[in-house]
Amino acid sequence: MTAPNLKVEDLHVSIEEKEILKGFGIEVKGGEIHAIMGPNGTGKSTLASALMGHPKYEVTSGKASFNGEDLFEMEVDERARAGLFLAMQYPSEISGVTNADFIRSAINAGKEEGDEISLMKFIRKMDDKMGTLEIDESFQHRYLNEGFSGGEKKRNEILQLLMLEPKIAILDEIDSGLDIDALKVVAKGINDMRSDDFGCLIITHYQRLLNYIKPDKVHVMMQGRIVKSGGPELAEKLEAQGYDWIKDELGIEDETVGQE
Amino acid sequence: MSVDTKLPFDQEYVTNFSKDRQEPQWLTSLRLSSLERAEAIDLPKPDKTNISKWNFTSFRHEKAETADTPYDSLSDKVKGLVGKEENANTILVQENGATIFSRTQEDLKKQGVIFTDLQTAVTEHSDLVEKYFMKEAVTADENRLTALHAALVNGGTFIYVPENVEVSVPLQAIYVQKGGAGLFNHVLIVAEANSSVTYFENYASENSEETVANIVAEVYAADNATVNFGAVDNLAPEVTTYVNRRGQVTGHDAKLYWSLGQMNDGNTVSDNTTYLVGEGSYADSKTVSIGRGNQSQNFTTLIKHYGKNSDGQILKHGVMKDSASSIYNGISKIEKGATKANGEQTERVLMLSEKARGDANPILLIDEDDVTAGHAASVGKIDPLQMFYLMSRGISRHEAERLIIHGFLGPVVNEIPIESVKDQLIEVIERKVY
Repeated sequence: MTAPNLKVEDLHVSIEEKEILKGFGIEVKGGEIHAIMGPNGTGKSTLASALMGHPKYEVTSGKASFNGEDLFEMEVDERARAGLFLAMQYPSEISGVTNADFIRSAINAGKEEGDEISLMKFIRKMDDKMGTLEIDESFQHRYLNEGFSGGEKKRNEILQLLMLEPKIAILDEIDSGLDIDALKVVAKGINDMRSDDFGCLIITHYQRLLNYIKPDKVHVMMQGRIVKSGGPELAEKLEAQGYDWIKDELGIEDETVGQE
Repeated sequence: MSVDTKLPFDQEYVTNFSKDRQEPQWLTSLRLSSLERAEAIDLPKPDKTNISKWNFTSFRHEKAETADTPYDSLSDKVKGLVGKEENANTILVQENGATIFSRTQEDLKKQGVIFTDLQTAVTEHSDLVEKYFMKEAVTADENRLTALHAALVNGGTFIYVPENVEVSVPLQAIYVQKGGAGLFNHVLIVAEANSSVTYFENYASENSEETVANIVAEVYAADNATVNFGAVDNLAPEVTTYVNRRGQVTGHDAKLYWSLGQMNDGNTVSDNTTYLVGEGSYADSKTVSIGRGNQSQNFTTLIKHYGKNSDGQILKHGVMKDSASSIYNGISKIEKGATKANGEQTERVLMLSEKARGDANPILLIDEDDVTAGHAASVGKIDPLQMFYLMSRGISRHEAERLIIHGFLGPVVNEIPIESVKDQLIEVIERKVY
């Protein structure tokens, strides 16, 4: 098996004719954890959604390859089956579909007919991962995200991540709305995934999460592209000093993009 | 499509048909008077659906032969509905109105329970049938289709449960329509005081000719009786259906539960009405339907409250795909004097394609001050963000739609109190959606 690889080059993305990403590039490989930081409104979530194929976002130019294949030629479900995962900031609620049925369907979607996960194996794996994330037993029988609190939804995203075992995961502000205990639990789940066969792109505007998941690379996003990259020390500097020094350094007055 | 409203059947035909079935005089007379009336009175007028051009008069109508078919010789479709032979203990199967397979239990007979086809019932229990048949819940002179029904009734079932008898096994009836035959099926259920019974029916086609199903069911529930009525309708695209299921809940604290899977593939107009007459009487009507192809359907559920403290619950969920269109009318009517009555209803429609049409009309008509009532309705398209979410986990578009549809219908299907109906419904949903 070749090591996972997500490579994005000169990406431009619009929503309702408004350009949000303006020449974004990154390469994430198996074994690496990247953090994308930046103030609100700089295009971080747009990046996550566009890579997964959200119907509202239009890729106007640029390239993205996933394990050597053209990502934008693939349907949303094909991207997922190839091993791309997005932990969403605002996951949908789907009434009448239980969490367990949904996750099992998702696991089986990636398998050949006749090679589906057995019920026993599925239950054992669910129990195990729910234990890791300190999720209550009743969780799996509840309808998908329906009536879940913000924190429960986030844990559910990570539960799906652990169950589906993708090659590259994008975590879109998975830390927002989580208290410190929940944050530690989620971080533990992600750290469990760390291996050469797994790469991760963490989108956040707080350094807090990175205390528990140590990134290999940190990127700062402004005006719809990466304006500065560095190691974990960059995140610490941002935490201590904020973003203004970068704006001064680069002569940026308004870091946001596409705002009215 | 033929819109000839002139009937191809005359008095002589109907007289001979009735004589041939050795029917009592009262039924022959009802048939003849209804036939005469049919041409003079109007079609029913379901709210927001024009059925004046629908075919209600072009069909074949002839005597079908009864038979005692061995289980193994039943068609696969029927066997699928019957289930395993060893479990088929209280069941009636009719083909074009004639019984071809029936099983009942001796101890039910000993308790005085009648579970038989209508043809047998009108000869063996003539007085009892006459007392209820199209007397209150549905009458022959209501509209042209009920009149035609009375004139041409050719199949159905009679169920009678005496006082204080609780029938613990579900009674099942399967009505198969084939070869262009018109189905004029009549189900009559009488539950005496403190009795309880569960009945469920299947309508199925082995047919590809244009024809008509004109179905009436009447349920009478006396004091403290409980009736569970389940149905899975699954007639072919060529069959135009009029189905009128009514409950006359006359007894105090009597309960009637409807669980209707309305899965026909042809044009269908459905009237499901319950009259809550008894004090403290209760009705619960659950409907699930799926429209596909070009079919047009109208589902009207009406609960009419006369009794004090009566409680009526309506829940309808429908899925429309292709170019199908459906109207969902829910009506809670509370009459003056029905104090402390409660009427609740919910209608929800999910549309899967641009061309599908759905309309939900919740209506509360209240003539009494001291009551409670509520309604909710929604009509909407499948949510693209839900699709994105499911697909982002590797689930195909097809499977994602399937999950959303099951999720949408689930809250109704899961609440259905008759296990067999629930299972059959899940299977039909699976088949109809794809």
